[in-house]
Amino acid sequence: MHKIWLIIQREYLSRVKKKSFLIMTFLAPVLFIGMFGLIGYLVAKQNDLGDKKTIEVVDESGMFTNKLRNGSNIEYSYSKDTYAAAKAAFAKSNYSYLLYVPASLSGVQLYSEKKASALTIQNIETELSDIAQTSRLLTAGIDTAVLAKARKPITLEARQITEAGEKDAQTYVAYAIGFISAMLIYMSLLIYGSQVMRGVIEEKVSRVVEVIISSVKPFQLMMGKIIGIGMVGLTQFILWIVLSLILSTVAGTALMHNSTPPMAAQVAHVQGASPHAAAVAASQTPDGAMAKIMQSVESIPVTYTICCFLFYFLFGYMLYSAVFALVGSAVDNETETQQFMLPITLPLIFTFVISMNFVINNPDSSLSVWLSMIPFTSPIAMMIRIPFGVPAWQLALSALFLILGFLFTTWVASRIYRVGILMYGKKASYKEIVKWFRYKE
Amino acid sequence: MISIRNIVKQYADHRALDNVSIEIDLGKVFGLLGPNGAGKTSLIRIINQITAPDSGEILFNGEKLGEEHISRIGYLPEERGLYKKMEIGEQILYFAQLKGLSRKDATTRAKYWFQKMEIGGWWNKKVEDLSKGMQQKVQFVSTVLHEPELLILDEPFSGFDPVNAELIKNEILELNKKGATIIFSTHRMESVEELCDSIALLNLSHKILDGKVKNIRNNYRTGTYVLKYDGDAMAASATQPFSILSDIEMDGGRELTLRINTGSKVNDVLHYMLPIATIHGLEEIVPTMNEIFIQTVSKAH
Repeated sequence: MHKIWLIIQREYLSRVKKKSFLIMTFLAPVLFIGMFGLIGYLVAKQNDLGDKKTIEVVDESGMFTNKLRNGSNIEYSYSKDTYAAAKAAFAKSNYSYLLYVPASLSGVQLYSEKKASALTIQNIETELSDIAQTSRLLTAGIDTAVLAKARKPITLEARQITEAGEKDAQTYVAYAIGFISAMLIYMSLLIYGSQVMRGVIEEKVSRVVEVIISSVKPFQLMMGKIIGIGMVGLTQFILWIVLSLILSTVAGTALMHNSTPPMAAQVAHVQGASPHAAAVAASQTPDGAMAKIMQSVESIPVTYTICCFLFYFLFGYMLYSAVFALVGSAVDNETETQQFMLPITLPLIFTFVISMNFVINNPDSSLSVWLSMIPFTSPIAMMIRIPFGVPAWQLALSALFLILGFLFTTWVASRIYRVGILMYGKKASYKEIVKWFRYKE
Repeated sequence: MISIRNIVKQYADHRALDNVSIEIDLGKVFGLLGPNGAGKTSLIRIINQITAPDSGEILFNGEKLGEEHISRIGYLPEERGLYKKMEIGEQILYFAQLKGLSRKDATTRAKYWFQKMEIGGWWNKKVEDLSKGMQQKVQFVSTVLHEPELLILDEPFSGFDPVNAELIKNEILELNKKGATIIFSTHRMESVEELCDSIALLNLSHKILDGKVKNIRNNYRTGTYVLKYDGDAMAASATQPFSILSDIEMDGGRELTLRINTGSKVNDVLHYMLPIATIHGLEEIVPTMNEIFIQTVSKAH
């Protein structure tokens, strides 16, 4: 036990002491937020970022002339030419598109030299339909004021009702938390798992392993390395959690100060009137919306979520890193790892993709429940489900399976590891690895 | 000190050690010899408890070899290895602690050894910044720091320049003088003759020869002598108590290599030669360990 502790210490300190650890701990969140921010910005601005498109409109119906609204990168200009003339001259003109609306409104055509983008077609369709709808309703004798009233959108408020009472469902917050934690688990399994693998390869390549296992058992060395690197990951997460709690508290306080009047009103509403009224009031002002988010975030069981996250990270990591250690022991250098990486990364990628696309939208479906039970998929799948609420028995069962899965994988991996680390210059194949597994001590 | 009894080690498709038994006496330098692939490394790994034999047992001072003996053994593998990115001082302490030394004791001893090996100023340097010879010294220090009763050295001189090889050799002999038993695996036969009290020769998973170096060499004596003399070239004759292997002109005299006939003695040779030649010297040619090694191994093949 003393020796395994020495190994854990070395693995932990040799990584935490590095400058790159500090840099990664503080820079990674900034880079991440930056990356997501940039993606969000680009998606939101995709209409503006494209080139300016000019559209020549030949409107025989007269319904749309001067009514189509120019978008940020779409500009309509109305032609007095006939359809035939405009069409003939189009190839030589400077317009990107030619939009032809016949008097009957059926058979509207959009011409362009290159293929029209789906987004452009969609934009123009929406614009045309809107105007056509309004003008038809007006023709039918409906008053503009009535029209405006009728057009007012309805927002849905999701609420949960249980024996304990009623509360906001906060689906979007659950969505976001599930997404972020599954993403973090997925990435950390890969990052720390491959650190374990590289560590094993380093010891094997530098032959230092022979000296060490003349003092400790291969199993102790493997576990010491896995636990040591796991603690590095844990340290990083705890630093991130503490840091983000501090930041959000600071941000929350700053927000409170900036928006005292609406917030005060908001608080009054919450305390006095029904929560429903408060929510309506909140959604009416931008500050209120912010406050609503803050309020929902506060309503999540933070400690519960963080504990679950740390549990699934830790055991998911230990399960996968045992396999990573196995691969590291079987090869002579990092380039040889490719052939063995697929069986590790495949379940990870599969779970990740299916979790992000299916489980997150159907957290209680039976497929989701199964995925959150199987040890190789549960760390990601379960973390997606947790913010939506998971029955205690499912959580307990999934945790038990994960622990059992971890014990089993570690047992298998260590049997192969003990032989693999002493095999130099022998090309490992799956067949060879099975043989190693069967070796007596 | 170490009794190796009927050790068998089987890998999937080949037997690395087949019923090998060796006795290693306390306080001696023991040479473990054999061509590549003979099973030396397998045996060394079993003594180090890196792997376990399929059958047979090993006794350490009469006790069955177990975990409690790990801290009493020091092992220098043929393939040297250190953590490249780790400071050497820290590294030495890590290895020593794994062998059960306290950090404090390890520090004191490491400082002493660093001084002795003239690497005192390198404590905080990383291994990758060190020369090859320097790394070897660090590795040697890490092997002996916990003052093992049994030192297992696999090709200890490889990678050293002659000056440092001499330095290491003297350290090994000094440790031996202080009581450490040494198992010494090597291909360099001249160092076997110089250092080893006894040897065992492994070939194709079997022990094919063992015993004291002196005795082995005696057993392999062939009665070959070199005789230096002045006079005419020797002609073979039936009355000679020896056969002539070669007879060549050397500066100022002749050199006769002869093999004594069975039943005859050196004195008979001298009796025969004295009347016909002026004798300058007579020396027995005892086969070197190298010759014995090659002879025994090729006979086994």
